[in-house]
Amino acid sequence: MFLDFFLLLKNDGLPVTIKEYLTFLEALDEGIVEYSVDDFYYLSRSCLIKHEHHFDRYDLLFGYYFEGIEKINTEDFMKIPEDWLRKSFVNALTEEEKEMIKGMGGLDKLMERLKELMEEQKKRHQGGNKWIGTGGTSPFGAYGYNPEGIRIGQDESRHRRAVKVWDKREFRDLDDDVELQTRNMKMALRRLRILTREGVQEELDLDKTIEKTSKNAGLLELEMVPSKKNNVKVLLLLDIGGSMDDHIELCSRLFSAAKYEFKHLEHYYFHNCLYEFVWRNNRRRWQEAIPTLEVFNTYNSDYKVIVVGDASMSPYELLYQNGSVEHNNDEAGFVWLERLKNRYPDIVWLNPVPVPQWRYTESIGMVREFMDDRMFPLTLSGLKQAIKALKDKKVKFEKH
Amino acid sequence: MKFEGTESYISTRDLNLAVNASITLQRPLLIKGEPGTGKTMLAFEVAEALGKELITWHVKSTTTAQQGLYEYDAVSRLRDSQLGDEMVNDISHYIKKGKLWQAFESDEQVVLLIDEIDKADIEFPNDLLLELDRMEFYCYELRKTVSANIRPIVIITSNNEKELPDAFLRRCFFHYISFPDRETLKAIVKVHYPDLEDKLIENAMTVFYDLREVDGLKKKPSTSELIDWLKLLMVGKITESELEEVDLSENLPPFTGALLKNEQDQELLRRIRQRFRR
Repeated sequence: MFLDFFLLLKNDGLPVTIKEYLTFLEALDEGIVEYSVDDFYYLSRSCLIKHEHHFDRYDLLFGYYFEGIEKINTEDFMKIPEDWLRKSFVNALTEEEKEMIKGMGGLDKLMERLKELMEEQKKRHQGGNKWIGTGGTSPFGAYGYNPEGIRIGQDESRHRRAVKVWDKREFRDLDDDVELQTRNMKMALRRLRILTREGVQEELDLDKTIEKTSKNAGLLELEMVPSKKNNVKVLLLLDIGGSMDDHIELCSRLFSAAKYEFKHLEHYYFHNCLYEFVWRNNRRRWQEAIPTLEVFNTYNSDYKVIVVGDASMSPYELLYQNGSVEHNNDEAGFVWLERLKNRYPDIVWLNPVPVPQWRYTESIGMVREFMDDRMFPLTLSGLKQAIKALKDKKVKFEKH
Repeated sequence: MKFEGTESYISTRDLNLAVNASITLQRPLLIKGEPGTGKTMLAFEVAEALGKELITWHVKSTTTAQQGLYEYDAVSRLRDSQLGDEMVNDISHYIKKGKLWQAFESDEQVVLLIDEIDKADIEFPNDLLLELDRMEFYCYELRKTVSANIRPIVIITSNNEKELPDAFLRRCFFHYISFPDRETLKAIVKVHYPDLEDKLIENAMTVFYDLREVDGLKKKPSTSELIDWLKLLMVGKITESELEEVDLSENLPPFTGALLKNEQDQELLRRIRQRFRR
């Protein structure tokens, strides 16, 4: 009956299954809802959608499918569905065309026009030069080319010249929800553990019990110990933004796996190179900068430090003061890296850039040398080696 | 048999529907939502409204699925055997029934609350799949299958600390309790403090919603905090005009500690005030 609707959800990437669909039909059969679209909407959502992250998209699809029966919420239609903006259409315009569309008006004008269009437009659209969508030469949307374009919903800056970025995702923190393919990483990280017995005694210590019982002339005497727990402490420092955009998915996966695997995990972000400030929440980095020294003081040298970054920057950023691309730093990058290295003896650097490309970037070589060859690629084998290196100071990166 | 909320628990239409669907189809209901929106209370109220017994199982990080079924106390049995106790011959003396068993063997339908399922190990929900699906399990020590006389109404809450496995989610109904809108919240407050003046509630709620609007709070104040705070306002005999003067850019509302419970958030507000002063 609602098979089309179900397939629409399924094809749009919502994780609905046949079992849930059958449950939904069963619920309808039982007559739980009576002739109200609202109730029908709530019931179907409760049956089919199991995560609040998916609610928004579900609302859109529901509205799309049942449009005409009754509108759900016009505000939801106003939001730009991600679907329209998906990377499905990449088009290269000729120089001539680029020239032609140059200067379709100032920023204010563009914003006004965007609002108008959003009200006018109801359907997915690709190409053309008026509607919002992907590709095409309209000033709105992504993957198209308009020098004064406003970017909406695209993974990274393609021409790196959008006037204003509307992408919410752009400044999103690394998403630790990414479960996909993190299992391997979790297994690799699992090797990093320091097992200690702490807390409530709840495990039977068999050897001691036997020993004590025999001393007790066969009369049972129990001996308990606390169970083993992983007590390793990890400090994760993540480079974010700029050239790291290309690796954001990989880093998200690592972060997700680490977050799951380590109970004591602290993380901070930095940009390009470690300087006097780090931050915890990427969205509020300018308001909530934390002095790096404070981090050093908070976490003792027991912490194992994993730096994740591509180490791709101008050598000035490492060598000279005021070399940072973002702010005026009083001390050079290396000074801070040196402090980090001295503070935390167990430290490795994970680099998402593939190894063959390392030698083309000067700063990678510099950092690598500085880290005493304890820079590892962010691959499964690299991760395994890095974990080994955190436990054994002699381990260095070896290319197989 | 329909759940429509109770006098002491204001529930929304969508929540009622989810509860009723799960009762009718005899499937577990998974409840998520911001802290303090009444997830756990729901089970209590459902039990109350339907006149059923409530069995609660509070999950901790060390809880295993087996504990919900039964535990075999081998150590006591060993001890008794040494003491020559007669009891030792019957293994069933040493089987401690878990919450699920209790719910299954009840002659009347009960409400079973599995509270904060996300606290336990990541495999925990998977270990309960069959038990919740078929409402039966096998007890090895007694060599018998325990199955539910009447399928209990199962309500599960989660705080989103861990992702729940898909196989588990497939078997549940899901409801997310969103933060109540102003009207619902007012009704909730009225339930708790029927005598409170409307004007005071209005002003307090304005302050409350303003506070929730502050960007970057670690923990936004929730319904239960509002209720506590109102109580303090009543005890402190704060008048509505005092609340009216509250402007987050200048001063803090009285008893802020009841609304914002960690120092980072209070610090944040302090910084915001400073910025306005400049």
